[in-house]
Order: sequence, then C-alpha cells, then structure tokens
Amino acid sequence: MNALELRALTKIYGNGKQALAGVDLTVGEGEFFALLGPNGAGKSTIIGVVTSLVTKTSGQVRIFDTDIDANFARAKSYLGVVPQEFNFSQFETVWEIVTNQAGFYGLEPRLAAVRAEKYLRQLDLWDQRQDRSRTLSGGMKRRLMIARALLHQPRLLILDEPTAGVDIEVRRSMWDFLADLNREGTTVILTTHYLEEAERLCRNIAIIDDGRIIENTSMKDLLATLHTETFVLDLADPLTTPPHTAEFQFSLLDSTTLEARVNRMRSINQLFEFLSQREIRVLSMRNKSNRLEELFVNLVQENGQLKVLDHV
Amino acid sequence: MKANLPAPAGSHWMAFATIVNKEVNRFMRIWLQTILPPAITMALYFVIFGNLIGPRIGKMHGFNYMQYIAPGIIMMAVITNAYANVVSSLFGAKFQRHIEEILVAPIPDILIVGGFVAGGVARGIIVGAAVTLVALFFTDLQVHSYAVTISVVILTAVLFSLAGYINALFAKKFDDISIVPTFILTPLTYLGGVFYSIDLLPEFWQRVSLGNPILYMVNAFRYGVLGVSDIDLTTAFAVILLFIVALFGISLELMRRGTGLRS
Repeated sequence: MNALELRALTKIYGNGKQALAGVDLTVGEGEFFALLGPNGAGKSTIIGVVTSLVTKTSGQVRIFDTDIDANFARAKSYLGVVPQEFNFSQFETVWEIVTNQAGFYGLEPRLAAVRAEKYLRQLDLWDQRQDRSRTLSGGMKRRLMIARALLHQPRLLILDEPTAGVDIEVRRSMWDFLADLNREGTTVILTTHYLEEAERLCRNIAIIDDGRIIENTSMKDLLATLHTETFVLDLADPLTTPPHTAEFQFSLLDSTTLEARVNRMRSINQLFEFLSQREIRVLSMRNKSNRLEELFVNLVQENGQLKVLDHV
Repeated sequence: MKANLPAPAGSHWMAFATIVNKEVNRFMRIWLQTILPPAITMALYFVIFGNLIGPRIGKMHGFNYMQYIAPGIIMMAVITNAYANVVSSLFGAKFQRHIEEILVAPIPDILIVGGFVAGGVARGIIVGAAVTLVALFFTDLQVHSYAVTISVVILTAVLFSLAGYINALFAKKFDDISIVPTFILTPLTYLGGVFYSIDLLPEFWQRVSLGNPILYMVNAFRYGVLGVSDIDLTTAFAVILLFIVALFGISLELMRRGTGLRS
C-alpha cells in the first residue's frame, strides 16, 4: 500500500502564482522519503495541501488509499505533521500542548497522558513539561512539535525542515529518533535544507523545482549518477601551479590548498599515487560538498536552463 | 509498532471537549483581563446611572431605575464578552498559527465552530454571573421567569459568539477585530434599550429601534427578570433564533471555503 499518492496536483494561489504545476508523486508505506527543492519550489505547498492547510486547485491526494476529497477526516487521522514554523500557543505549557493535540485526535485523557509522557521522555522534554512553550530553546520547540505530532501515533509523519536552526548535537539525536521511528514502521517524509540529513536518513528522494517534480528515485540510484566528486586537499608544501594530467582535474584555491575533481572511474588510491609520484604531500582531505548537494545543485541548474530554453 | 495499526477511530466528542476546555482555560488563565474588568465597568454603570442619576429619573414600567437597567447591563456584559472572547481567541490562534493544531486534526468544521462558540458562551455566562453579583450589591432582583432568563442569556451568548467567530475569520490584523465592537456593537448595545424604554422615544425613533437586534435580546432578558418588556416575547425569541441560524450557516460556509484559515 502507498502511504501517499499525489496525482496531477496543482495549486494556483489567489495572487495568480502557480505553486504546483501538476505534481505526481508516490511514497510507499514504510519509506523514509526526502522531498527536496530550493526555496519557493512548492515543498511546503504540497505539505499544506496534504494536511488541509492549503486548498488544492486540482488533482488527487490519497493517504493510505483514502482520497482526501472523499474522507478527509479519515485521511487526516493517518497523518502527523511537523511544520516549518512554530505553531503552538506561546502561553500554554508543554504538557497542555501535547495533551490538547491528543484530544483533538479523539484520544481519551488517560491514554493521552501515557503517550505524552512516553514521547516527552523520548524527546528529552519531560523536565520541561510544566514550562510555558515561549520559554523553551529553539531545539526544544522543534522537539516539542515532533512529540505533539506523534501523540495519535500517525502512520505517516511529514516533517517540514524539522532540524532548521538546531545545533548539531540535537540534530543528530533527532536523526536517531526519526530513524528509530521509521524502523518501527512509521512512514516518514522529510523536507530539509541539510542535504547531509537527507542523504543519511532517506532511502528515496524527490526533487521539486518550480512546482514540478524533476527527479524521483532511490537515494542509491541518484548518488550513482554522480560522475565526479570534488575533494579539497591541504598540502604540506606550497605549489605555484596545479599539477596537470588527463586523469584528474586540479585547481589551486591557494598555494597550499588543492582542489581535485575525481571521475568515478578513478579511485582515490590512484589520486594519491599520482600525487606521491610528484612528491606532493597531503596533510588532510575533505569532500568539497556533500554528494547529494552536488547532484541537487546540478539538477536544479539544469532545470533552470531547460526553463530558459522553453522560453527562447 | 505503528504502521500496521489502524488509524485511531477518534472521538469527535473528545475533540469538541478539548477545544472547549482549551478555550475556557485561556480566558480563566487571564481572568484579570477577561472577568474582572467587565465586572468593575458594570459596577461603575450601577453607581453612576443607578445610584447618582437614577433617583432623579423615577420609576420606569413600575420599577426603580436601578432595577430597570440591571438586566440590560447584565445583558450588555454577556454580549460584549461572548463576542470579545471568540474574536480575540480565534484571531490570536490565527496570528500565532496554533489554529493549525485544530485544522490538521480530523475534526468536523461544525465542532470547531461549536467549540469556539461554547468558549464564548462560557465567558459570557461567567461574566454575566459576576455582573449579576455586583448588581445585587446595589438593588434587589427577583427573577420573573428562570426559563426565559436562562434561555435568553445562552441564546444571546451563542449569537454574539458566532458573530465574533465570523469577524475573526475575516480579520487580517488586530485593528480588524476592534472595528466591529467599537463602531457597530457598542452603539447598537447603548441604543438597544439598556438604559431606557423605547416608549420614551418619538414614534419614528421607536420604529428605527425595532431594527436593532440587541433591543430584542435586552427586552427578552428584562422580561425574564422583571416581567416587563417593550417587545413581544415570541417575536424576540424568533429574532434571536433567526440570527443564530443565519450566523451559524455563514460560519459553516466560510469554514467550508477555508476563508481566513486556509490559503
């Protein structure tokens, strides 16, 4: 069964802006799915339509085989959402926020209390349960929104940039939590600007740009399409000119920092062998950018060029 | 653990009760802003209009002026507080975006409207009761008909809670939630027979006053308390119910369209 199916989904806002231009997307049950795209591409509009906060112009949305036009209440009951912006009352306590949400989904107070304790403990918010939400740190607020979304134990959890603005330690603990949740069976759809996050967590990916899906495949297949990787090497001794060879492409960022583009046909061993032969000693090495980031930029740029060609 | 479980069937009653509970908690948490000020304001009305000016006016429909205006002042508190509660709560929820908590949940529109309205009715009744207690410091009030008194208070609070709900749906900024109370609600209330009987007005202005819906509520309530009214009771109930049905229908249609809540 599919957790989410979008068919020919369009959205034109009142000001005439077309946010979605016929989106087709399928997310299978149990997937950890990344929905990526530049700002304004349509990610949040898709989430808005699925969660009923945005009214679609046309198209079909099915959540676990339930059409939102036929039975939105049932479809909504399958869904948990963690929005991009904080959207809880600043005057309510953490406890009130999560137990009220349970009530909105029809949970009895006793069950709501049990689950509230479970998720607040899991997300390290138990000690803050009587604190007013406005006193929480940014990371705590993000975790509160995750706890709140889980109270009715949704089969599909949609997170819109859940780790935006949180420090790396909290971000990693949230990654572990979400990975566990997915392992236990919850389908997770994630939008994020941290492409490392998507690469690490998600097995399948769709990239949206200008209201259209421009890539929809498995993370493994997508990364396999990356023909070259770029590394930055810190050198022990300065160079005046970069080495020349047909096997690798080099450029000097400064006298002791060398950038090397390595074709997938070549190995890193071959790169170091080449450098050793020229007595270039390397102190350290790192990827210039995340692999997914490189692909993402390429795809969005290609889509931009296609749009320009469309208009010629 | 989760994915193979069916989605919770949910209980609409629980969802409704949660909205009501949240609404009541909201105004009780800030009772210094929501309950106390209207009681003090109405006490001032009793002091100025009842104690100081009233004895110079004399009897009205057989009651002293303080007794005559007490039902109107209580009703004025119910009207303004029921309206203010819903308009400020719903607009605040839109402004802080926590209305989304309710909108993403599987709650029928009718229960969302009903939950907010119940919150408005609760505040209207609590403030009405507080003002009644204040009134009892100044005058004796014998209730002529409990059934009429209670039903008019509840129906009037429902009516103005619905009006506040519609106002909040259309409101885009804080100014928009104060325009209607300032320029429409307050004048209509003052001209709705709170402080006088329309028998005192020239015939033309009596006819104009009949176009003011608040006149019907104030007089129906006055009948419930004192047993006297400028308006036929059946007509008053018909007008109140007509307004409730119309405003409820408009609220549901606006919710269906997503006006002010969904983009």
